[in-house]
Amino acid sequence: MVAKSKSAASLRLVTANRLTDGVVVFLGPDGQWTASIAESAAVATSEEAEHLLAVARDSALRAEIVEPYIIEAERQDGVPVPERFRERIRVTGPTIQTPGS
Amino acid sequence: MYNYSEVDQRLVDERVQQFRGQVDRRLAGEIAEDEFKPLRLQNGLYLQLHAYMLRVAVPYGTLSSLQMRKLAHIARRYDRGFGHFTTRQNIQYNWIKLEDAPDILAELASVQMHAFQTSGNCIRNITADHYAAASADEVDDARVWSEIVRQWSTLHPEFSFLPRKFKIAVSGSPADRAAVEVHDIGLKLIRNAAGEVGFTVLVGGGLGRTPIIGKVVSEFVTADKLLGYLEAILRVYNEAGRRDNIYKARIKILVQEMGIETFRAAVDAEWERSRDHAPVATPEFIAEIRNRFTDPDFETNLDDGDLLETLRYSPAFAAWFQGNVAEHRQKGYAIVNISLKPIGGIPGDATAEQIDGVADLADRHGHGEIRVTHTQNLVLPHVRRRDLPKLWRALDMLGLATDNVGRATDIIACPGLDYCSLANARSIPVAQRLSERLAVLDKEFDLGPLEIKVSGCINACGHHHVGHIGLLGVDKNGEEFYQITLGGSDAPGSTIGTILGPAFSSARVDEAVETIARTYLELRQPNESFLAAWRRLGATPFKERLYATA
Amino acid sequence: MPLLKGGRPVNDSWQRVADGDQLPEGGIIVSLERWQSERETLLARGQPLGVALPNTADVAPLQSDLVHFGVIVLHLPKFTDGRAYSQARRLRDQLGFAGELRVTGQILPDQIFFLQRVGFDAFETDDPRVVARWAETQAPFSAVYQPAADGRRAILSPSG
Repeated sequence: MVAKSKSAASLRLVTANRLTDGVVVFLGPDGQWTASIAESAAVATSEEAEHLLAVARDSALRAEIVEPYIIEAERQDGVPVPERFRERIRVTGPTIQTPGS
Repeated sequence: MYNYSEVDQRLVDERVQQFRGQVDRRLAGEIAEDEFKPLRLQNGLYLQLHAYMLRVAVPYGTLSSLQMRKLAHIARRYDRGFGHFTTRQNIQYNWIKLEDAPDILAELASVQMHAFQTSGNCIRNITADHYAAASADEVDDARVWSEIVRQWSTLHPEFSFLPRKFKIAVSGSPADRAAVEVHDIGLKLIRNAAGEVGFTVLVGGGLGRTPIIGKVVSEFVTADKLLGYLEAILRVYNEAGRRDNIYKARIKILVQEMGIETFRAAVDAEWERSRDHAPVATPEFIAEIRNRFTDPDFETNLDDGDLLETLRYSPAFAAWFQGNVAEHRQKGYAIVNISLKPIGGIPGDATAEQIDGVADLADRHGHGEIRVTHTQNLVLPHVRRRDLPKLWRALDMLGLATDNVGRATDIIACPGLDYCSLANARSIPVAQRLSERLAVLDKEFDLGPLEIKVSGCINACGHHHVGHIGLLGVDKNGEEFYQITLGGSDAPGSTIGTILGPAFSSARVDEAVETIARTYLELRQPNESFLAAWRRLGATPFKERLYATA
Repeated sequence: MPLLKGGRPVNDSWQRVADGDQLPEGGIIVSLERWQSERETLLARGQPLGVALPNTADVAPLQSDLVHFGVIVLHLPKFTDGRAYSQARRLRDQLGFAGELRVTGQILPDQIFFLQRVGFDAFETDDPRVVARWAETQAPFSAVYQPAADGRRAILSPSG
C-alpha cells in the first residue's frame, strides 16, 4: 500500500452509515444519500464541506443516517478515491476474501 | 449445557421486547443516536466500518447443538453466511441491519441465547475454562460459577454505568485455560485445607493501552461470600474509577494508582459495610444451578474401536490426534479441539455450513455439546475415543481438521481494519500470510507450541500482549506497520510481551516473524519450547538478527 | 425543574437554596458545603431540611446526620456517569436512609428501572419523554437476579 501524499487538489465529501441497515453511504449533490461514491457530492473547500456536513446532520436528526463525517479524496479516473486507507476499505469492503464475497 | 429456568427465559424474552421498543423508537426518530447508542451497545450492537456488528454472547463459551444451529441460521438469514468467534468466547456477525436486530434477538431467545451486555460500560460476558466438566485436572466446574456470576451481573442496577467495560474470567483448574491473570477480575477455583471449594480472586489485570498482570486481592473467598465480595470490588471501582480519561478508566489503573494493599483494604472495608445486603449464592441455589447443567451419561466399558489402527496407518490422523486431542476425565472419552485457523485462512471465522456441520458432529459424536475458546477455536468436550477416526474424517470434509491447535499457525487475530472502526491497521491479511509461511517452517522443523497473536490497534482485542510473538498494527503516515513483542503468555505466571524495537512495514513483517522463528530453531535446546527459549535467552539474540544492518 | 414522584408530576415542596442566599421559610435543600459550615444554624431553624450531594461525595460520614434530612438529592452529571447509583444504594442499604431520595441531572427514560432499584423515589427532570413513558419504564423485567435497595425479592437474595 503506497502512502498517499496530501494533494492540494483534494476533494472533500461527506459519508455516513444508513440508520436502518448500516450501509455505507455518501451525500449526493441533491442532498440524498447514495451507496456509490461515484455519485457523491465532492467539493473543493472545507467551507463547502462543512455545509454538506450540516445537511448531513439534519438528515441524522431525521433518523436517516448516523455518524456523518467529512473525508478527503482525490479524483482518479473520474471517481473520488478516499485518501485514507481506512476510508478506502469502507468503500470497497474488507480486503480479504470472505465466504460469499 | 445450561438449561434455563423460567426466570432466565422470561428475562431474555422481556429484553427482546424492551429492545424492540427502543429500536422502533429509534427508527421513528423519537430518540436520537446519543441516547440510543448505550442502549444498543448493552445489546451488543456496534456500528463498524461497513455496517452494524452484532456480538452474541456465548456464556462461558458453552453451546448446545441446537444453539449452534441457530447461530448458523442467523449467519445465513441475516448476514453473509458466516460468523466470527472472538477472544472472549463470543460470536460476531458483521453485516447486521438495525431493523433486523430485534428479530435476531428473538430468535436467539428462542434457544436460550442473548446479547446482553456484550458491549458498553458494564460487566461483560463471563468467560471460562473451555475444558470445564471434561478435564481431569479441575477443582470444580467453572461453568457453574460462571453462570452464577452471569446472573448476578445481568441487568445489575448499580453497575450498568461503570467508568469502563468490565471483564471477568473463571478458571476451574490450576492449568488456567481462561487467562484469569489478564482480566479485570480473575477467579481461580481452589480448595482450602479443609477441602472446601473457594476462589482466589485476582483484580486489575488487562491488556490494551496499559497491559498489566492482575494481582491477588484475596487468596481465598468462600462460595457464600463470592458475590458480596465481587460487589465490594465493583462498588469501589464504580465510585473511584477514573471518568475523565477513557484510557485511564479501567480498574487496572485504579489498582495501580492505589496500590494493591490499599485497594484490598478498601474492598474489605466495603465488604464489611455491605455484607448484610449482599447477594448470596446459597448452597441450595448452587445445587440448583449445578443441576441445570445436564452432563452426558457417559458410557462405560468403551473400547477404542479402530483408533489405534488408524493412528498406525494414517500419519495425518496421528498428527491431528497428537495436536488437537486432549485427555478426558472419563475413561474411553477425549476432548477434541477444532481449529478455526486453516492454513492461510481467516482466523476464527466459520461458515454457516461449518457451524451446522459442527452441530451435527456434536450430536453424533459429542453428546450435543460445543465450546468456544478464547483463542478463537471450538471444542467438542465429550467425544468417545472410538469415534475419533470418523469424527476426524467428517471434520476434514468440513475443512475443520487442521492439526495446529497451539502451534505457530494457530494465529489469533482481531478483525482489524478490514472490519473495525477502531483499528489502525489490518490484522487478518498478516495472519494469513504468516500462517502460510510458518506452516512450511513448522512442517519441516517442528516449531512446537508457539502462540502468535495479532491486534490491529492498541485496544488489543487480538491479545497480542500475551502472545509468545505479538504483533500490534500501527499507522505510520498512512502506512500499516507492525510492532513486534516477544515472550507474552496468558498461562499461569502470565507475562506481558517485550517490545523488541522499531515496527516493521507490512512488506517486511512476514520476514521478521520468520527470522524470529529461525532464531528460535537455531538456539533452542532439546525439547525446549519457544517461550522457554525466550525466557532463557532474552531479547538480545532476537534483536540482533531482526535489526542487523544489511 | 419538574419533579416526578410515583410516576406523576408533583409540586416540589422543597426549595433549593444557593450558597450565600438567605434561608427562606419552609423546606429547603442546601449544598453539602453549606450543611457542613452552617450546621447549627440550619438545625436551629427547626424546619424541614434536605441536602444535595455531588456525585463524588462519600456518603458514609453523613450517617449520623441522616436523621435530619427529609430529602437527599443526588446527581447524574451525564447519564453515563453511574456514581450516584452506588451513593443511592449505600444511603438506603448501609445507612438506612428513609427519606426522599431524589435524582437530578441527565436521566434517560430507560434508566428509570435501575434508578428505582437502587433506591430513588423522586426524579427531577424536564424531559417530557420520561413522563410519557413512565408506565412502560417501570417494570421492563418481571424478575430480578440480584438484590438491590428496593426490597424486591431477587434470585440471589440471601435466604431467610
